[in-house]
Amino acid sequence: MLSYPTVRASLIFVAVAIVGLLFADIAITASNPWRDLGNFFLGVVTPNFFSSEGLLTALLRTVAFAFVGVALGSFCGFLLALVYRLLPVRIFCAFIRAIHELFWALIFLQFFGFHPLTGVLAIAIPYSGIFAKVYSEILEEADPEPRRLLPPGTGMVAAFLYARIPDCWEQMRTYTAYRLECGLRSSAILGFVGLPTLGFYLEASFSQGLYSDAGAMLILFYVLIATIPLWVRPKLLPVYILAAPFFLGDGLPIVWGNVERFFTEDIVPAPLRSGEGIAGLVPWLNDLMVNEALPGIWNTVLLTQVALVATGILALLAFPLISNHFGGPVRRTSGHVFLVIARSTPEYILAYILLQLWGPSMLPAVVALALHNGGIIGHLIGRQTNTLRLRPDAPTGFNRYTWELVPRVYRSFLAFLFYRWEIIMRETAILGILGIYTLGFYVDSAIQNIRFDRAMVLILVTALLNIGVDALGRYIRRKLALQTMPTC
Amino acid sequence: MALKLIRKFVASSLLVMTAASASAETFVFTAIPDEDETKLVERFRGVADYLSEQLDVEVRYIPVKSYAAAVSAFRNNQVQLAWFGGLSGVQARRLVPGSEAIAQGVEDEAFQTYFIANTSTSIDPAEDLASLEDQLRGKTFTFGSKGSTSGRLMPEFHIRETFNQAPEDFFGRVGFSGNHTRTLRLVEAGTYEVGALNFQVWEKELEDGNIDTSAVQVIWETPAYPDYQWTIRGDVNERFGDGFKDRVKEALLALDDKELLESFPRSGFIPASNEDYEPIRKTAEEIGILD
Repeated sequence: MLSYPTVRASLIFVAVAIVGLLFADIAITASNPWRDLGNFFLGVVTPNFFSSEGLLTALLRTVAFAFVGVALGSFCGFLLALVYRLLPVRIFCAFIRAIHELFWALIFLQFFGFHPLTGVLAIAIPYSGIFAKVYSEILEEADPEPRRLLPPGTGMVAAFLYARIPDCWEQMRTYTAYRLECGLRSSAILGFVGLPTLGFYLEASFSQGLYSDAGAMLILFYVLIATIPLWVRPKLLPVYILAAPFFLGDGLPIVWGNVERFFTEDIVPAPLRSGEGIAGLVPWLNDLMVNEALPGIWNTVLLTQVALVATGILALLAFPLISNHFGGPVRRTSGHVFLVIARSTPEYILAYILLQLWGPSMLPAVVALALHNGGIIGHLIGRQTNTLRLRPDAPTGFNRYTWELVPRVYRSFLAFLFYRWEIIMRETAILGILGIYTLGFYVDSAIQNIRFDRAMVLILVTALLNIGVDALGRYIRRKLALQTMPTC
Repeated sequence: MALKLIRKFVASSLLVMTAASASAETFVFTAIPDEDETKLVERFRGVADYLSEQLDVEVRYIPVKSYAAAVSAFRNNQVQLAWFGGLSGVQARRLVPGSEAIAQGVEDEAFQTYFIANTSTSIDPAEDLASLEDQLRGKTFTFGSKGSTSGRLMPEFHIRETFNQAPEDFFGRVGFSGNHTRTLRLVEAGTYEVGALNFQVWEKELEDGNIDTSAVQVIWETPAYPDYQWTIRGDVNERFGDGFKDRVKEALLALDDKELLESFPRSGFIPASNEDYEPIRKTAEEIGILD
């Protein structure tokens, strides 16, 4: 078995994660975690839909921010995709998508404040970077044949519209619809930093132990996501996109002087601002790197590697839940429900819930990341097994799982996993805001102390780390000759 | 309907384009989110109603999710008045030249932090922190918010001063619960063994019978320091008319609605000045929270 490169790569990652576990802070510190977990589930089954007058408005805002953000991101992403072959554009896109929506929101909050633009841009900017990359990949893979058949002298625009777009349309549409679902999740968690979306109320209810209220919000959110195919119709889309900007709420007016101040003063490193010059900059940077960036990077990488392997294990365990090759319809339906819940709940919300229940350590973060990402990959792999046709006399049960299915889907499983590596790291960093000592913790601390210069350096470090992991993931996928379809 | 939509669209895009705001006449204030949100919203909606009656302008309260968001909103002139803690007030006034602390609670002149412990730790209350050294070392400990005076700044100062160590080195695990109510709940539940919180929150919860005193108790009280205050921007008179700042101050000092005061909980408001908070600034600089 060791002669297979995929097996070797897997074992290396498992070994790294095991070593990581020795260093990681894994513990349940709550004295009665199971009682709290029980109370939480009790809350979910006894939801209180009338807790807050603002709940429906919050749901509406969540949808509105998602639509405006994703529409804007998709439009800009498409334009960027057209020039994606230029290196500066690629670097620019890699950079903007390496910074998480919540970080963008925290940045814009400092000068736009509670204006709708903060939420819209926080979604649109990283999504532009992601759309640009995926759209350009789709466009590149388009069949070149139709273009060759065009009469000579056909204009570039016409050629593009008639020979390229039709071939890519379906894929771009599917991907954009998929991103809309991601947009809803992003929009919901923006509430955690104060925007008027679902997360705002969810955080308030949770922190006060009002589990029935929180349960109602989660249920509404799941229903919203599960019914996307029903209410997001191609014909209705233009209506939604045109209407959405009117439902973002008024927020507070922007004061433009703040924008200028942010860029010309706030983010200028303190020693430069106080006139100490370059001589003061070195110890300042040094202190920041040694005391915040390095511990942050260490914990981020550690948590990412453990969570990545946990995700993989969970995905492999979960995919039979929805596979046609096992069990009856009842099991598959409940499997679907479980996976829908797992992948519809943003990691951030899962981690927040588990942290409240189990107390602070890396464990809630690992479980949250594994549940969400494992749910997504398990769903994709499970669906893939449904297209497989086994011999009539193929073994059943456990042997079918180990000898027939896993080997057949293992390569795409790995491809998805490495694809999500960078996404897991992005999330890991952001979970620091919840109190786990990853990079986000230090970014949040700097912002809480109104030191945006430090925050910006740390966000930059986070982005570079992400770009690095993205590149490494791509390298490994290429080395192992793994192919993927983009997922969110 | 369509026309209305278009009008609204034009209006909102104008709003985006220009700094001049349509709601210039609305006086907006915020407060640091130091307690459960439901309580805050209830309390400050009451204050908004009271102020709007007294000042004859529309007054709006904006809830925020973090101390820094309150400071930023104040700095960005999206709110003109704020109920800050000692530290957030100092931060805000440094960033907004001309802004002023105008009123504080009667209790804020001599505010305190309580160190509380879960009773399973069997730490006995003590008069001085140094005598608790052996019992506290290695325990799990939670502050409130990172930007809190009573929940972070003062307890961290006393920990550093007494034990000569950073909190994360002295304790086994250090967390930030987010606010005082949550600190209380987390220590009560045993998620953290020890915590530090605003003494007013403790006293109020105790009085209301919301504390399981068999699970959590006060083990040490800090010396007194100045804390919460109302801070107003220096440019409010230009925006809301001459003498507006004084009118806000008078209104706050004259607030005698028992129920409203009870919700803070403060027995009343008294005049304050920027100088009152010098000790806080020095402490913050000493432990490196302020540059």
